[in-house]
Amino acid sequence: MHQRKDQILDFSFDAVTVLWQKGTNVENKTPILQLRGITKRFGDIIANEKVNLDVYEGEILALLGENGSGKTTLMNMISGIYYPDEGEIFVKGQPVSIAKPEDAFHLGIGMIHQHFKLVDVLTATENIILGLKEPGGLDLKKAADRIKEICDTYGFEIDPNQKIYNMSVSQKQTVEIVKVLYRGADILILDEPTAVLTPQEAEKLFNVLRNMKKDGKSVIIITHKLNEVMEISDRVTILRKGQYICDLETKTASVQALTDAMVGHAVELNIDRPQPVDPKPRIMVDHLTVRSQDGVLKLKDVSFTANSGEILGIAGIAGNGQKELLEAIAGLQPAENGDIYYIEEDGSKEELLGMDPLKIAAMGVSLSFVPEDRLGMGLVGNMDLTENMMLRSFRNGKGVFTDRKSPHDLAEHVVEELEVNTPSVTTPVRKLSGGNVQKVLVGREIASAPTVLLTAYAVRGLDINSSYLIYDLINKQKKNGVAVVYVGEDLDVLLELCDRILVLCDGQVSGILDGRTAQKNEVGLMMTKVGGGEAE
Amino acid sequence: MFDIVAFIPRAVIQGIPLLYGCVGETITEKSGNLNLGTPGIMYVGGICGVIGSFVYEQKAGDHMIGFLAIAIPILCCLIGSLLMGLIYCFLTVTLRANQNVTGLAMTTFGVGIGNFFGGSLIKLSGADVPSIALSKTHAYISATLPFAKNLGWFGKIFLSYGFLAYAAIAMAIIAAITLKKTRVGLNLRAVGESPATADAAGINVIRYKYVATCLGAMIAGLGGLYYVMDFASGVWSNDAFGDRGWLAIALVIFTIWRPNIAIFASILFGGLCILHMFIPSGTNLAVKELYKGIPYLVTIIVLIFTSLRNKRENQPPASLGLSYFREDR
Amino acid sequence: MTNTVKTPLVHITRRKNIVWYRAWAIRVIAVILALILCGIITTFVVHINAIEVYKTMIAGNFGTARKVWFMGQDLATLLIISLALAPAFRMRFWNLGGDGQALMGCFGAAAVMILFSGSMPNWLLLIVMFVAAIVAGMLWAFIPAFFKAKWNTNETLFTLMMNYIATQLIAFFVVVWENPKGSSKIGIINQRTQLGWLPDIGGNKYILIIIVAIVLAVGMFIYMRYSKHGYEIAVVGESEPTARYVGIKVRKVIIRTMLLSGAICGLAGFMMVASTNHTLTTTLVGGRGFTGVMVAWLAKFNPFFMIITSFILVFLGRGASEISTMFGFNDSFGSILTGIILFFIIGCEFFLNYELHFRKSAKKEVA
Repeated sequence: MHQRKDQILDFSFDAVTVLWQKGTNVENKTPILQLRGITKRFGDIIANEKVNLDVYEGEILALLGENGSGKTTLMNMISGIYYPDEGEIFVKGQPVSIAKPEDAFHLGIGMIHQHFKLVDVLTATENIILGLKEPGGLDLKKAADRIKEICDTYGFEIDPNQKIYNMSVSQKQTVEIVKVLYRGADILILDEPTAVLTPQEAEKLFNVLRNMKKDGKSVIIITHKLNEVMEISDRVTILRKGQYICDLETKTASVQALTDAMVGHAVELNIDRPQPVDPKPRIMVDHLTVRSQDGVLKLKDVSFTANSGEILGIAGIAGNGQKELLEAIAGLQPAENGDIYYIEEDGSKEELLGMDPLKIAAMGVSLSFVPEDRLGMGLVGNMDLTENMMLRSFRNGKGVFTDRKSPHDLAEHVVEELEVNTPSVTTPVRKLSGGNVQKVLVGREIASAPTVLLTAYAVRGLDINSSYLIYDLINKQKKNGVAVVYVGEDLDVLLELCDRILVLCDGQVSGILDGRTAQKNEVGLMMTKVGGGEAE
Repeated sequence: MFDIVAFIPRAVIQGIPLLYGCVGETITEKSGNLNLGTPGIMYVGGICGVIGSFVYEQKAGDHMIGFLAIAIPILCCLIGSLLMGLIYCFLTVTLRANQNVTGLAMTTFGVGIGNFFGGSLIKLSGADVPSIALSKTHAYISATLPFAKNLGWFGKIFLSYGFLAYAAIAMAIIAAITLKKTRVGLNLRAVGESPATADAAGINVIRYKYVATCLGAMIAGLGGLYYVMDFASGVWSNDAFGDRGWLAIALVIFTIWRPNIAIFASILFGGLCILHMFIPSGTNLAVKELYKGIPYLVTIIVLIFTSLRNKRENQPPASLGLSYFREDR
Repeated sequence: MTNTVKTPLVHITRRKNIVWYRAWAIRVIAVILALILCGIITTFVVHINAIEVYKTMIAGNFGTARKVWFMGQDLATLLIISLALAPAFRMRFWNLGGDGQALMGCFGAAAVMILFSGSMPNWLLLIVMFVAAIVAGMLWAFIPAFFKAKWNTNETLFTLMMNYIATQLIAFFVVVWENPKGSSKIGIINQRTQLGWLPDIGGNKYILIIIVAIVLAVGMFIYMRYSKHGYEIAVVGESEPTARYVGIKVRKVIIRTMLLSGAICGLAGFMMVASTNHTLTTTLVGGRGFTGVMVAWLAKFNPFFMIITSFILVFLGRGASEISTMFGFNDSFGSILTGIILFFIIGCEFFLNYELHFRKSAKKEVA
């Protein structure tokens, strides 16, 4: 680890530095927003260190950085969620103090958070006018009219009287944007807005952002996706490990240069994809239909086969049945209809549906599951590494007492093998960073030598190095003949890593494609419409 | 025979303390604070009113002024319950302490205050009376409209109560309208559902929690005052108020956080509480004890039925019981 | 000036870690501050000087050998009930029904004592009493646990209402079994024959319950820390989805743990009836189920810390009661002092979890 740090520091950015100087010379106006020397610490962790940032009127600035580089923290300080420990903020040349979100509104700053800040049981209108101190009483009708006006100006479509919990992710995002515009924001901050959108929806969003730019508004878009930076932004500011790295004009930058600046060393961007060895059906899902507890159809007539020695990718907009599918296979989700079979080496079939995790294990099926919610489901945040290893093994041994020796050894082993950065195996896992938490979880799950590995959003929130380590681990399992099911959100990764890709839309199988030949656009269309491309 | 004209007014006067408690707790819970200290607060509200009017009755002797006789106990009651609300808010909102434990400690404390001063007030003040019986104050507070008696059953059922009873109903209606139709109500609901969202929308979450909880405490406190001064004819006896505070909290769940429903629910529960007096059981004293358990049994049945309902709008405020810290990630 | 830079006066951040001795120092300071405040308030109310207040309190607990034993018994009873509640709380099941469960235990034991004394040998009578007490306590815990497990019914109010139902049930039987007739209470049961009375150890009827409490504390510590059940309880308490994910049957754990809670509460009831009080009244448990919640929570569910927290509360309660008797006030004075000390201990948790940063200099120059 230390060695790598040195490399990062020594790395020189001749090309980038030149571009950066060019970039700053282009603008002669005063910036609408300036940050100078902003520092923010969380305990011992320095989230931002002496960061500078300039935003000009009528431009789209991309704030580029890896997960954990402090982009969101920085933006939260502009929108009044956090207060900086050091440094100054200027709006239109005047020094300002943004102690609470209200201060940010008054300065015309609005932020659209990655995790939407909306109240589920309220309507769109109620959410939009929430907290406003307009004169007069509560007039929802008048507010709805203004919302319609804003929607017409920028080309949004929302029903002001719809409750948030009935909305799709992209509708919720629209509400968030309208909320900010309703408050008369001139500076809009969007935190990873495309993470939850299909390529087509993202394109629509970009058009809206271009409209805003024409309107003279400034937009900051936080992202770690380089193609988006290239497509939408005028300028890029790069952060790495909480520090300001550089500032350049998009049209003069290249993807490779941006990546290198973001990561701090030269990066191999290709993900390894070995040919499957002797694939044989391992899990067979047959006409599976699942309803949630309140009766909503989550999966409809889903059928597919996952083979050994192969990675089956599952693509789809978040919340289209991925969670239910994996949980049904893992024995955590009852189904209304259908079958899930585990196929033994000798070809004999065994029904998994209706089993719980214990019964599945008792059948001799070694099934591992890396769930989406790491600290809420896969691990217990308040327990230490050893106790988290025990989750899978605490029943072992006769008698009423637990064995702590072997989980302790396993914890030590995982820490060493996967280079988990932790003070000790007695540290509660909630104190670890996202990447290390995921290493602990994946490490435990593959320790049982599974024959089936289910993963949900395995690299979400991880920096590039950790992500690649996870890809490597998954590939290693694949080479060992494990049937891997990989639910992902980044289509580029799915297309590079998976042998086959199953696209889910609205709980149905929209299609199954060959990962080596599938096109991103094609997958995107299938995500929004069952059958996708063919239906067009 | 079951005498409905006699039954309803008694159910109402039993229900009014519950209504105050329920409305107060609803407002509190809408801000995301589950105040299990409400039973204690109602005791404090009651005893503070008692202390105020006791001192006033002693000082004024035969020269009591009607306005002061009413205003002093109410003011004392409001101040006492406000202080309790502030303690709760300081601990749970500012210091982010566990709401359940804080509430239970508040109840221990509040019931202690009530019973201690109730039992020791005479000795503490050196007054020369055998027991606390504030009959003069009771007369002022429970005064009804003079012509109500002439209106037969109508007067009995609708007009036979002191003004605090009508104030409770008015307060419930105002609370219902405020929650549903005003900006403040909208903001308060947002605070209880998702403080982080409310905060990001520029609502001062801390202030809303403080104001709602303290206001709720003051309203609940009035329930204690009504109980002593009106229902119990100005006579304080220790532990007489009993578990009405807990029933009030249970009513909040029953009424799915809607003060307007609380009006009917609290009268219904008031009826259940006195049912044992109206069920003929002859001389069998033991069975009466069992009948007294009916309200609790009904509460349990209500709890079970409400847990079967899954409609989104009928759920408790989503952040109920959780403390909010802006910089938590 | 509109554009001055204002820094907030106090800024709060979450603590990463706190060393154990600082954590304890903060707690001890909180208790001391609370005791000082209690002293001031007592002085104010009864007009004696503060030193006298503490002296009286200590005298109330340790004044005579009898008082010490009495305190020990009080402490042991509270501790047993708190120990009963601890695993349920560890599971985040807010069992406020300790009073009712213990009361049902008392009821079970007393019922057997009243109905079957003389119809079986004394050793068998004691065993039947024991079983009846435990079954009654378990039943009272099972009902809310079942509905919580099945429909997630709010257990806080459910268990609380179960207390009142238990009280009314016992009020009913107190009238039915009143002795002597017309007194509407059950006097000392089997005063003359002493049937169904646990033997005194060394002529002291308080030792047995103290021993039971200590054994139970050690047992509970081991159960929660080292057993498979204890681990399951911890996982369910921390996160139900995680528990389901690893195949722990959450419903089963909830019901099993509450049965254990109820059984130990029932045991407390049995000890009260068979060993120390030999009677049945509606107020026999005296709110210990409530106080036990706070004992368990303040001790972070650690049975050994619970000895300390229950001691603090018993000490205060008995001390205050001594003051009340001496100066002719009523017993509720103790609840006030208990409330105050609880506020301080609850409040001091904040300083264990958060750090305050004060503005360095109020007149920071604006560049």
